[in-house]
Amino acid sequence: MQHIDFKSKVVEMKNITKVFGNVTANDQIHLTVHKGEVHALLGENGAGKSTLMNILYGLYRPTRGEIYINGKKTDIATPNIAIQQGIGMVHQHFMLVEPFTVVENIVLGRETTNFGGVLDMKKATEDVISLSEQYGLYVDPNAKVEDITVGMQQRVEILKALYRGADILILDEPTAVLTPQEIRELIEIIRNLTKEGKTIILITHKLKEIKQVADYCTIIRRGRHIDTVDVSAVTEEELAAKMVGREVSFDIEKKEKERGKVVLQIEGLTVKDNRGIEAVKGLSLEVYEGEILGVAGIDGNGQSELIEAITGLRPIEAGRVKMNGKDITHCKPKEIIDSKISTIPEDRQKRGLVLDFSVAENMVLENYAKEPFSKKGILNHGEISQFSKELIQTFDIRPKEETLKARILSGGNQQKAIIAREITNDPDLLITAQPTRGLDIGAIEYVHRALVEQRDKNRAVLLVSLELDEIMNVSDRIAVIYEGSIVGIVDAKEADENRLGLMMAGGGAEE
Amino acid sequence: MNKRKRLLSHSFGITVISILMGFIVGAIILHRTGYNPFEAYGIMARGVFEKPKYLVQTIINSTPLILTGLSVVFAFRTGLFNIGAEGQFIIGALTAAWVGYFLKLPPVIHVVVVFFAAAIAAALWGGIAGFFKAKLGINEVITTIMLNWIAFYTQNYFVTLESFKKPDSEASYAIQNTASIVILEGWKKSQAGREWLKNHPIWRDVLKTDFNWGFLIAILIAILIWYILNKTTLGYELRAVGFNRFAAEYGGISVKKSIVASMMIAGALAGAAGALHVMGVSHKVSTLATMEGYGFDGIAVSLIAGSSPIGCILAGLLFSGLKYGGSKIQYTMNAPPEIISIIIGVIVLFIAMPRLIDAIPKAVAKIMPFVSRRRGEKHVG
Repeated sequence: MQHIDFKSKVVEMKNITKVFGNVTANDQIHLTVHKGEVHALLGENGAGKSTLMNILYGLYRPTRGEIYINGKKTDIATPNIAIQQGIGMVHQHFMLVEPFTVVENIVLGRETTNFGGVLDMKKATEDVISLSEQYGLYVDPNAKVEDITVGMQQRVEILKALYRGADILILDEPTAVLTPQEIRELIEIIRNLTKEGKTIILITHKLKEIKQVADYCTIIRRGRHIDTVDVSAVTEEELAAKMVGREVSFDIEKKEKERGKVVLQIEGLTVKDNRGIEAVKGLSLEVYEGEILGVAGIDGNGQSELIEAITGLRPIEAGRVKMNGKDITHCKPKEIIDSKISTIPEDRQKRGLVLDFSVAENMVLENYAKEPFSKKGILNHGEISQFSKELIQTFDIRPKEETLKARILSGGNQQKAIIAREITNDPDLLITAQPTRGLDIGAIEYVHRALVEQRDKNRAVLLVSLELDEIMNVSDRIAVIYEGSIVGIVDAKEADENRLGLMMAGGGAEE
Repeated sequence: MNKRKRLLSHSFGITVISILMGFIVGAIILHRTGYNPFEAYGIMARGVFEKPKYLVQTIINSTPLILTGLSVVFAFRTGLFNIGAEGQFIIGALTAAWVGYFLKLPPVIHVVVVFFAAAIAAALWGGIAGFFKAKLGINEVITTIMLNWIAFYTQNYFVTLESFKKPDSEASYAIQNTASIVILEGWKKSQAGREWLKNHPIWRDVLKTDFNWGFLIAILIAILIWYILNKTTLGYELRAVGFNRFAAEYGGISVKKSIVASMMIAGALAGAAGALHVMGVSHKVSTLATMEGYGFDGIAVSLIAGSSPIGCILAGLLFSGLKYGGSKIQYTMNAPPEIISIIIGVIVLFIAMPRLIDAIPKAVAKIMPFVSRRRGEKHVG
């Protein structure tokens, strides 16, 4: 708070309205940010916070409304104008050239050259080093981006914006891909930046981080400005209620439960990734009836390959997978589905849904060839749409219209559709990967409850997630995956965030 | 429901506007090159609609286009680009001519045998590209283009064979009459038929053409393809692979099998076009100097049809009408027949750019004040 200069409003967005076709993404939103402030922008998915920031960064133009930068009315028609005005944006998905070095990435587009247009990398490196020291953003300037961690890549993105003279930094969901330790470091960096007079706008739906780092918070719901609050004066629960529009419970109700017999058994599994490198190395794991086994780990430690191997989408190099005692190691996806495994895939738009199919067609993606949905190769559209109507009703998928294309549904409703389909398959093992990625609090609550319900029905649930909070909240046991192997399994009740975080980073806290 | 209807009419609207734009651009070019566009379009329209036999000829010509269009559409719905309809057509035609000439079978049965032999041969031909794509990941565009030329020279080779080639010609022997699908072929040459036709000049005109059952068969096939795509599990699988092969794979559908199946059916459709053409119109195959273009025209037909099997019927008729009517502006007013290719090209171009059409009203609104201002300046100057 002490760094905020309340006399200077660096960003003032007034009555911003943005209409796409017949959807109003932003409806007369106000946003005022002072110099040196950390201002969080909180809202559910699709609430319009990214739209608002894209307007500020010149990617969209508002339908109505005015933007003042440092008190001056500005028409931000392109990102270049935004950059000239000292606005920088770090996107959720980094925009880096992987084979280039850190310095090369930072100076890209703003290269310092000698006479004759020769690159002056020495000067560039010096500039980058002095910048990174000024803000405590330590990076190895000569490392290649593909060789550094995601947390480091994020620093490169921030440095890139600072190098271009940014005074106002927009960070879009910056913690989504970070470990707990990296999140702490990022918060430290944000504090350093504001100390140096920079202003931060933080797009997020994580309440804990807002409480930790933000001074003010603007809440947006369904495109409308709900409130702007002093963060120190509100609780997380109050923030959540403002965001969702109703009371939300954070804790999952979970009864004590004895686990049953082993359902999935993995022994010495080895799987290669797309580049032909071993991503899963001799991994062993067991999942039991009536338990949720959480697999915690940092992105890229073999989680995706593990799931693809179990479900038959990726060849297995070595090891065995057994389901209910039956070997399914080299089975086809269809046979694996038939052995009572259902999967809520990591990437719902790539794997989970055929976006150009109707919701009804998507609901039978695994069962279209079975009665009553088809007979002798002829589809029974009546049965399919009847079945879909029931699922839409039971799982509250919106809009309630099974003939719509899946593409039209919001992310949360797409996920609900997949969960509806997979749970209705009545599996013995439910595999879920990142089931709440990109979902808002209301939908997350829903998904978590659905998972616990499956466990209570004595089914086995394998939950792979990059969100440590999610793993700790929902799981009965937690397995930590690091570089393709399980480095430890702990009881969720005794799990400690710091120790898990250390294990996830390869700190080997095995006992 | 409402939304879906709107989307549907939207794409139909784009097609109509694109066709209109094709004619407008054609008119501008005709005008610039010194021909009266209204006269030219009048001649084209009369060239199609004035006499029943013109209309019949247009329908006859549309048959292979509808089927090659279907072939491209079918592969496209599985996410494959079948440039090979041309070669599959050749293989179908060659097989039809071969089986139609060498086999001696009773009428109707002979037609059925010729038809299926041609379709199967072309299905295998198309399946080669599917196999290479599924097994080795070789892009079907490349393999089908190569297969087109292999088909081309295969036909030219077969037409040199002594037992098949009609002496003193550049073509094979004609197929047996039992394999012909020309309507009333025997009767119209008989004494009684000639007598009757003498007194009925309209029918005489109509039957002078190669009026045959092909068009009807093509329509039935289009309906069948619509049914397969939308109402069967096979169609479900193929469309799922076409829209999102990753989701299809996840759902337990074999992507590789689907690719091969789709290319085989696409091949069979183009082969059927070749078979109907031989049985209904040409009755033989000839040494090819260049590609005949039925398969390539099928690509344009499929684009105008908007990947809809039923749309292929309309698009095939439009295409055939443009070509047949357009050929008449050459000898009546000496206008270049290439104008037809330009019209078709513009139609396809606009259909491929739906966003451009969406932008037209906005652009007009923007340009209008600008244009009037410019005019104003001119007056002042």
